Amino acid sequence: MLNFSKINTLIIYFIFFFVAIFAFLNFQAKDSLYIDKKINLGLDLQGGSYLLLEINSDSLIQEKIQEKVIPLKKLLKENKIDYSNFKINNHSLTLSINDFDKFDLLFNSRKDNLVNPYIDNYRSYELAYKKISDNQVEIIFSKYGLLTINNSALKQSIEIVRRRIDDVGTKEPTILQRGEKRILIELPGLKDPERIKALLGKTAQLNFRLVSESSEFGTDKLISENDEKLNVSKRIIMSGENLIDAQPNINNQNNEPTVSFTLNRLGAQKFGRATTDNVGKRLAIVLDGEIVSAPTINEAITSGSGMISGNFSFQEATDLALLLRSGALPTPLKVVEERTIGPDLGEDSIKSGTTSLIIGFILVILFMFYKYKIFGLIANTALIANLLMLIGVLTILEATLTLPGIAGIILTVGMAVDANVLIFERIREELKTEKSIIHAFDTGYAKAKITVLDANITTLIAAIILFAFGSGPVKGFAITLGIGIITTLFTAYFLARHLTSLLVLNTKNKEIKI
Amino acid sequence: MDNRFNFSSKFRLANIFSLILFATSLLFILFKGLNYGIDFKGGTLIELRANNISVSEIRSELKNMNLGDVNVKKFGQDGDFLIKVEQKTNDGNKIIPQIKKNFSDNLNTQINFRRVENVGPKVSSELLQSGIIAISLSLAAMLFYIWIRFEWQFSIGSIIALFHDVVITLGIFSILSLEINLSIIAAVLTIVGYSMNDTVVIYDRIRENLNKYNRLNISEIADLSINDTLARTIITSITTLLALLSIFILGGEILRGFSFAMILGVVIGTYSSIFVASPMLKLFKVTYKTLEKEEEKIVS
Repeated sequence: MLNFSKINTLIIYFIFFFVAIFAFLNFQAKDSLYIDKKINLGLDLQGGSYLLLEINSDSLIQEKIQEKVIPLKKLLKENKIDYSNFKINNHSLTLSINDFDKFDLLFNSRKDNLVNPYIDNYRSYELAYKKISDNQVEIIFSKYGLLTINNSALKQSIEIVRRRIDDVGTKEPTILQRGEKRILIELPGLKDPERIKALLGKTAQLNFRLVSESSEFGTDKLISENDEKLNVSKRIIMSGENLIDAQPNINNQNNEPTVSFTLNRLGAQKFGRATTDNVGKRLAIVLDGEIVSAPTINEAITSGSGMISGNFSFQEATDLALLLRSGALPTPLKVVEERTIGPDLGEDSIKSGTTSLIIGFILVILFMFYKYKIFGLIANTALIANLLMLIGVLTILEATLTLPGIAGIILTVGMAVDANVLIFERIREELKTEKSIIHAFDTGYAKAKITVLDANITTLIAAIILFAFGSGPVKGFAITLGIGIITTLFTAYFLARHLTSLLVLNTKNKEIKI
Repeated sequence: MDNRFNFSSKFRLANIFSLILFATSLLFILFKGLNYGIDFKGGTLIELRANNISVSEIRSELKNMNLGDVNVKKFGQDGDFLIKVEQKTNDGNKIIPQIKKNFSDNLNTQINFRRVENVGPKVSSELLQSGIIAISLSLAAMLFYIWIRFEWQFSIGSIIALFHDVVITLGIFSILSLEINLSIIAAVLTIVGYSMNDTVVIYDRIRENLNKYNRLNISEIADLSINDTLARTIITSITTLLALLSIFILGGEILRGFSFAMILGVVIGTYSSIFVASPMLKLFKVTYKTLEKEEEKIVS
């Protein structure tokens, strides 16, 4: 175990220097980056906001099941299936039928139809039904159908969330899908997430609807910005989809902040027709079910642009314009988890983390030197090399360093010497019985090998499981712990062994004591 | 190390001690319960820094807001406070701006909100669930790994030792009402890794000595092996504890719970690999034949 061929020695030191050199990239000045690699600081160290949002697809499912009513009725009629008691519930449709077999045959026909439009492509039904009584069935979205609805809503939401966050202009936001219903957002450096939360909390569904004079059928009772109760027609003249742009403005006449908007061609046509036909009536601008303002139509607006005023502050006008530009979210979003770290706490954490790392490191080094003298120096050299390699690997991977991650590095320092301790103790034992010192070292290394491997693999297993199940900062801990084990094995079994062999092979037998 | 200890004579005493500790821990965990932080219980946490302000002022300010169960305490250095608000409604994240506004309106001092966290009820129960799964899975993985590398007796013995460590660590957290959060789960998993590491070193030696000394019984073999590896066990525990103490004392308030759990775990884990994992092999009547049988199986 003590013989190293020249080529092996070369490979060992090449790997070491190659990896360790990356550790120094973290310290170079910003403007002289040759290789642009660096360890990222986690939100808990640099400060910032972490938000986990969840879509609520209840209203969307309700909408989608209603869209199925007409096609379903048509399909039943075409196939001559009589039905009665057709009812629309929140998330399902119920109906009574007599010919159940025929219904079942139709439903599970494995052919594309209006109810199950993508059976050919996906081999899955969008809808499912269950029998509630002898002749009554309940039609709901199948698991697959729900997944499709959630998935498309989530994809669309992520797009809109990204637009809104980009528009606010935070630096390097991370926006990721998490599971079937969630969006993870990381906003480094953000001190106060309240504005972003407020912006993401609005679906921003904008409608233009006429105000009706009487509370006739087909109107909603809404309250205007001046606390006026208005009956607003359910018919939507035009919606936010027809907007191409929206900008905050200051009205020249009264210095009031407003939002001006531009419509696409279709929107301009619809808007023009509605305003031409209804001069003198009031037009309600409804955002998420609340009236922003309800001005009187003075003249036909055919230019395809307009203005919304509604006692805004300039900030409100800016935010409204941003929301309109980014488009409406398909479903409301809810913040289900939020963590914000102030930048000064992050700095404090870096300071205390680094201090404890340095002190822990010094304590371990002193102890090892006290315990093993010259071999302690070898172990300590290996430990320093280990630390450099660990930081080097983290840099190569551009891993995220968190406060628990720093704890992981310190723990690695404490546990890394274990491999060398195991080996040295083994050699001590061998020296008691072996006459040849070189032979004692040789068998010591060989015998300790299995133990060192077994012992480290168990910790590695724990680190891998932690990485798979942990979140955020804890993941950072798992990364440093896991990589630390691998660099520990490398430095103990290659670097320290090579140094030991140099020492042993170049010293006279009797001088060696461990 | 020439002065050898007769560990096996103390096994019985140690096992009684372990059983008492284990049972007490289990009773505390079951009846007193664990003090879950907002990660696992849901709720809101605010860490703030302000001068010339007392805990009671903050408390009365929060009382006026009618938030339900509120906990205010000093945190680390002077002027740092930690506020915890239990989950009352489903919409926890609305109370953060309320609290912020109320504080800056009514308390006559500059307030620096250093950390704000809010975990909803659904997420917290998922986090708890995945924490439990992670710990169980790590135990199962260890069981499997040792079963492959050694024999089933070793595998069961080491898992009982691990179980012992995890339960007692959590038990002490329950007795002292210390908070269990995500980083404590990380600590427990690391303890599992560390304790296993310690156990494997001793088991490895037991296996080796079983092959070497056919005539010795398992108690003698265990004694011999524990003594053989004792120096290593102590030195590694010391270096690990040195590193952990450094985190505990200098690493700041956030890492304190984590490093405390780890310190407990290292001490308990070192103890258990000697006094729990090794006697288990005696209980399972392991002899050198146990190893031979295994080898025969592989050959045939």
